[in-house]
Amino acid sequence: MKNGADSSNYQQRRGARRGFAPWAQPAAQALVRFDGVSKRFGGATAVEQVSLDIFLGEFFALLGPSGCGKTTLLRLLAGFEAPDAGRILLDGQDIAPVPPYRRPINMMFQSYALFPHLTVEGNVAFGLKQERLPSAEIATRVEEMLALVRLEGFAKRKPHQLSGGQRQRVALARSLIKRPRVLLLDEPLAALDKKLRGETQFELMQLQQRLGLTFIIVTHDQQEAMTVADRIAVMDRGRLIQVATPQEIYERPNSRWVADFIGEINLIEGRVIDVGASGTVVASDAAGRLRTLSPADAKPGDVVWVALRPEKVRIAQEAPARAEENCVAGEVTDIGYLGDLSIYKVRLDSGTIMKTAVANVTRLVERPIAWDERVWLTWAPEAAMVLTR
Amino acid sequence: MGKRGRQSWSERLVVLVPYLWLSAFFLLPFLIVLKISLSHTAIAQPPYTPVFDLAAGWNGLAQALSALSFENYALLGSDWLYLASYLKSLEVAAGSTLLLLLIGFPVAYGMARAPRRWQPVVFVLVVLPFWTSFLIRIYAWINILQRDGLLNQGLLALRIVDEPPAWLSTDTAVYIGIVYSYLPFMVLPIYATLEKMDETLLEAAADLGCPNWKAFWLVTLPLSRPGIVAGVLLCFIPIVGEFVIPDLLGSSQTMMIGQTLWGEFFANRDWPVASAVAVVLLCLLVVPIVVYEQVQTRDLARGR
Repeated sequence: MKNGADSSNYQQRRGARRGFAPWAQPAAQALVRFDGVSKRFGGATAVEQVSLDIFLGEFFALLGPSGCGKTTLLRLLAGFEAPDAGRILLDGQDIAPVPPYRRPINMMFQSYALFPHLTVEGNVAFGLKQERLPSAEIATRVEEMLALVRLEGFAKRKPHQLSGGQRQRVALARSLIKRPRVLLLDEPLAALDKKLRGETQFELMQLQQRLGLTFIIVTHDQQEAMTVADRIAVMDRGRLIQVATPQEIYERPNSRWVADFIGEINLIEGRVIDVGASGTVVASDAAGRLRTLSPADAKPGDVVWVALRPEKVRIAQEAPARAEENCVAGEVTDIGYLGDLSIYKVRLDSGTIMKTAVANVTRLVERPIAWDERVWLTWAPEAAMVLTR
Repeated sequence: MGKRGRQSWSERLVVLVPYLWLSAFFLLPFLIVLKISLSHTAIAQPPYTPVFDLAAGWNGLAQALSALSFENYALLGSDWLYLASYLKSLEVAAGSTLLLLLIGFPVAYGMARAPRRWQPVVFVLVVLPFWTSFLIRIYAWINILQRDGLLNQGLLALRIVDEPPAWLSTDTAVYIGIVYSYLPFMVLPIYATLEKMDETLLEAAADLGCPNWKAFWLVTLPLSRPGIVAGVLLCFIPIVGEFVIPDLLGSSQTMMIGQTLWGEFFANRDWPVASAVAVVLLCLLVVPIVVYEQVQTRDLARGR
């Protein structure tokens, strides 16, 4: 589901919480630490040498295509699987000997896994009953929790009498009621429709802030990860590819794979001509000389890729006055009108296809860009980045 | 549900067929048995009076009806033999159903938890005995249980006993035969419910603080209840009326109700008393059948 609306989503995203960046403080102790963790199933490697710190109060997302090992990582933390190698620490303690039912970690399952023979109340109270709390306290806490997820009045219903959204909230309430040190959410919104999913994302964020808990969410939906998370770990084939804030992942991906996985990207291959304090100059067959302000870990002669988000490319119907760099001409081969955005695919004279996304800031345009029209694409040097792998 | 507001005659026919079937092959025979149970025994063909004779007209019919009486039922209440038979049947049925549950549940649980690729094999193994005639299997048990049979040979060889005990013609033999014969009827419904149970529910229970044994108690057992109820009734109801197994393996001292019924019918040729025995047995069994129906309807309404 990649489209222009997604790629521009980071602009609507909540900014990083002011001052909240424990991962940047060398003295901060991790709440959860994966230390060289590997897990194999039969011959297949699910998780490979993962080392990762997650901090108290963080909303952390594990993002990747299906089968990348993100759910396995979550299940290792919950205790449903044991690592073949490496250690998992909670508050500095190795939790390998702790069985799942003693870990102060709760999980919200993708299928919700609500007990069909128990009422909403029974499901939510289940965890507290295992702690043998007095029944009056259980009743109060269940009531509070049901109010928190706006399910008052549904206490006596059975799960099969609820809608999908209500079941999702029961599952959330059940996993929150024990006030876990870490809440694991395995694709928690995958079963909801798009609109409800969007609303629930914001509810999850507010809930996490209000309760001050640490959430780890697994998702394959990059928009969801970028919306809710303080930091995102992008995974592929069992390995961590990049761990960073949503903005950093989007604007400074560390590889072509991440750049391509998150949002839309134009990648232009070329050779470095000059590397300096003012940036990098790249010569490409596809689009001529490209100047970027992004520094690159490359020396002249190296093969690199200039990466450019479509919304940062300007499209014009006339040739710009002076343009030796960061300017290419081509013909429009495809137009996608999305309402808020229009997507143009442009075939450059070299044959390469470039994409640009333009916000439709006015309702009607005097002379809209037409199919097969000759156009010029330009971008600022600070818009592009240089990727070396 | 009819799309045109009322059911078409073909839709009605579909509903009607099972009712016709039940009327012809259950209700009508039952009414005949009920009528015979209210008659008197007679040395005649058929061996009871009165016999409805349509040729005798309304008067004859009224006369025949007035000749019916409940004295056979009074006899059942007055003679200890019948009551003892009913109690024996209920005792054997309850005891063997309990044994079946204790053996059948672990078997079904093991089947459901076995690796996926083994499940068809295990399933066939459970059903396999049905491919041999029931009678032959019971006769095989006679061979195993008789004084110089396989069981005693084994016990002697292992020096567990010095003297070969008598197994045949005891209650133990009846229990062995019944539990052996009915085991699939207990295992299969329980297996069916356990097999479709979502195993993430157990992970959820563990996640919320349940050790395995507690998760079994709080999640697995309640969720397998429909299968347990079905298995218990599928075994209990036919075991109450069981005739062949106690007749071949049991003693003639204490008879189950099926044997008593057989005796009245074929040895005494007392059809009216035999019919009364049958009617009372049916009334006894209606209770668990109604319970079963209610459980089923509730589970259906629950959408599972």
